[in-house]
Amino acid sequence: MSTTEEEVVEEVQTDAVREAIAKAFADELGDGFIEQHVRPGSDLWIRIAPASWVAAASFARDKLGMTWLDFVSAIDWMPSPFGREMDAEQDWGAEGRENEAQEMTTGLAGGDTRFQMFMRLYSTEEHIGVTIKADVANDSPAIDTLIPVFAGASWHEREVAEMFGINIVGHPDLRVLYLPTGFEGNPLRKDYPLVSRRVKPWPGIVDVENMPGDGDDEDEAEATA
Amino acid sequence: MALNPPYWVDTLTKIGIGLVAVLLPTGALVYMFLFKMMSFMQSRLGPMETGPHGGLQLLAEFGKFLQKEDIFPSKADRFVFAAAPFVVLVSTFLLVLVLPGGPDTHFVDLNTGIYFALAVSSVSVIGILMAGWGSNSKYSLLGGIRAAGQLIAYELPLVLSVVGVVIMAETLNLKGIVAAQADFGLWFIIPQFIGFFIFMVAVQAELTQPPFDMPVAESELVTGYLTEYSGIRFLLFFIGEFATAAVFSAIAATLFLGGWTIPFVDANAEIMDYIGPLVLAAKMIFVAFLIFWFRITYPRFREDQLQRLAWKFLIPLSLLNIVVTAIFKVAL
Amino acid sequence: MADITADLDITNEEQLRYIAGQAADARVNIELETEGMTLNIGPQHPATHGTLRIVARLDGEKVIEAEPIMGYMHRGYEKLTEVRTYPQVTTLINRIDWVGSFANEVPFILAAEELMDVEAPPRAQYIRTALFEMGRIANIMLFLGDMPVQLGGVTAIFYAFRDREFVLNQIESATGGRFHPNFNRIGGVKDDLPAGWIKETKSAMQKVRDFCDEIEDLVMGNEIFQTRCRGVGIIPPDIAMAYGLSGANLRGSGVDWDLRRDADSPLAWKDLDWKVWTHPDGDSFSRFWVRLQETREASYMVEQLLDGLPAGPIMAKVPRIIKVPAGESYVQTENPLGAMGYYVISQGELTPFRVKIRTASFSNMSISPWLLEGVYVPDIATILASLYFILGDIDR
Repeated sequence: MSTTEEEVVEEVQTDAVREAIAKAFADELGDGFIEQHVRPGSDLWIRIAPASWVAAASFARDKLGMTWLDFVSAIDWMPSPFGREMDAEQDWGAEGRENEAQEMTTGLAGGDTRFQMFMRLYSTEEHIGVTIKADVANDSPAIDTLIPVFAGASWHEREVAEMFGINIVGHPDLRVLYLPTGFEGNPLRKDYPLVSRRVKPWPGIVDVENMPGDGDDEDEAEATA
Repeated sequence: MALNPPYWVDTLTKIGIGLVAVLLPTGALVYMFLFKMMSFMQSRLGPMETGPHGGLQLLAEFGKFLQKEDIFPSKADRFVFAAAPFVVLVSTFLLVLVLPGGPDTHFVDLNTGIYFALAVSSVSVIGILMAGWGSNSKYSLLGGIRAAGQLIAYELPLVLSVVGVVIMAETLNLKGIVAAQADFGLWFIIPQFIGFFIFMVAVQAELTQPPFDMPVAESELVTGYLTEYSGIRFLLFFIGEFATAAVFSAIAATLFLGGWTIPFVDANAEIMDYIGPLVLAAKMIFVAFLIFWFRITYPRFREDQLQRLAWKFLIPLSLLNIVVTAIFKVAL
Repeated sequence: MADITADLDITNEEQLRYIAGQAADARVNIELETEGMTLNIGPQHPATHGTLRIVARLDGEKVIEAEPIMGYMHRGYEKLTEVRTYPQVTTLINRIDWVGSFANEVPFILAAEELMDVEAPPRAQYIRTALFEMGRIANIMLFLGDMPVQLGGVTAIFYAFRDREFVLNQIESATGGRFHPNFNRIGGVKDDLPAGWIKETKSAMQKVRDFCDEIEDLVMGNEIFQTRCRGVGIIPPDIAMAYGLSGANLRGSGVDWDLRRDADSPLAWKDLDWKVWTHPDGDSFSRFWVRLQETREASYMVEQLLDGLPAGPIMAKVPRIIKVPAGESYVQTENPLGAMGYYVISQGELTPFRVKIRTASFSNMSISPWLLEGVYVPDIATILASLYFILGDIDR
């Protein structure tokens, strides 16, 4: 990334190129552009309204040179009712945490709903990519298909549909991709239990190996070739 | 030989020797080339356990195939399915009839020797089609049809490449061809090197060996027309494939490499009646070595490329060969 | 009915007979119309790299449409990562592309390190890069032997496996595992290199180069191989981009993009002197050609890395029990199969919140319905072999 002007002044770093890209999206999408997050020198996240999903992809492909489709996927922000704390004494049981309302936190560039679609597009010439997120409605989540813009989105969207239950509007052939035909449920949703873990709870951290260099082999760093 | 045995003794002896003459080289070829040479070329050892250096592997394979269940695919045409391997084998055994082993050693002395041989070798196409159709499976059908197209296409170069030899020898009789090579002083491979090349390519295709093994393309069709065969029937096909290779190699040796003659030894000597078959066997093994060497090395042609090679390259080349041979024959 | 014969000068009876005749012809045409045979290749099949099923509708020897059906090996990695600690996830993701071994772990570890703001020391980065490239060599050598087998030339694969053993032995002696090294840790690598490893690895790299020369002669120079591969399965670069193809598939279509050179990675690629290989044709032969050159290039890179191996610690200071701070990070590296990336979402706990695994073969295979239309049946094997996927990479 040789085109960035990075002024390292104490903790403040700016990334002019990525800021410019975010601004271009904001100008193009207008109201559809909600939030952005720039990690200087590293990456760019923007959040848009679901109605601008296809428009954003089109804009990225045609005007920003991001012709390479990395992936299209989704995130379920609801904290798992079955718990992920690795505390072996707390076994939430098969029904999960019924009586504790969990706070849902979303990630970079925010989020308002439980399900969030995200895609990543990349420009192989400029070597810059953007992660575009869009919230989808909580009941009957749906989003438009990206196939008119990127033909390869077909399989990614099929996977999202079967794993998260998000309906892809306009997809010509929304069959299951990985799951057997007739499978009920959406496995990657947080309230779909990981059955093996329900049957046998996590045993806790039972063995943690020594860090290399721990104990009496401080001289390990001098290992000869 | 001066004996005059009764006809039935004569026939039975010939049948016995014929069986041995086909099966023994087949076994030798399978062991030497398929098991050992292929393994060595692929940087591995091949069968080593059964007998010294895997020598009894053939016996073990034979026993294994014998004791397998005789499976018929459901809804297969039983008669066609069962008869197919025999049709292929019959053509092979008929082929060996015309091979001369010495000045007086032969099964049958046919004046249309090579013509009969080439005609009879085409009967195996029917057997392969029967196998493909009778298996009641899409893979097999596809393999059988590919095989039929290929075998018919390569019949022509096979026949045309022999015509050059026939012109030079002035006879269709295989004994006459061997005698002509002895008279000419040079084995026909030298003046007829183009014919030899075309004959070898055509033989490779007739045997459905790589690079012409589309009908049994393992990576696509499992084993093509052979897919549904198991046990003794599969063994019969397998024997048929290698026996045909052996017999065609012997025919090539007869046509191009001087048959049972050795240079500097009188072709009509009595001793050749006994040594002749051994000489022929040695030459057959050499030609079979060429066939298997190509089989191991080359990837396979696609069906349309295969057909294009036959029709647009080999047939014109063999026609050219005939014309040039005829010109030389008349001029010299 | 009257419209059909309006302009013909015939009586009513003749009219009816004419129409009946036309209808009879139409019936016969419909009955004789053949739709094409549906051929099911796999999931158990000698050709496919694992349990992949391809349903092809054929018209004689031509494919009308072909579609891969996956999921026979779907192991649910993305769900599993939500209940595994970060070191446990490393063990898990080794098994995604099981021939590329070490290369699977690296993007995930780099993503976690980015979130933790930890940088592995230079020696560890060099060791990681060396093992990464050796994983690439092992992976592509399998391809170089396997593609001729798909085409019918059975000998090359034995040479490939024989020479691959040298590389795998070296990976094993350093990490303890031939296929699943599980050697990366957040902050560095697990152990230092054993004594004598550098010298042995260099001789193994020489054997790799000898193998590449042999394959260039035996396979690439073979006329039949060229006839089968040239002009088959041409992928135009813009279509390739729309489908997200990566790695040698993209470079074989002339796109000059390699994440080792173009992405800002903490691994040691920027210190090396190497070249990115591309080929303009975009057919199966060019993909094979690019991979062969890359293998040779990788062997030179390993030697450079081992020559310039810095001394120092192999592990940065990280706590024993790893809790990655909250955040999101996406790291993509140029894996042997293509561009593999991990999008790690962490909420400050022992386990990740969500890991999206972007695998190269998934995108590489997504082009196959488009690519397999109208080709001959034998070309299915050629094209799929040249796209080179590992089923664990597609199915995760």
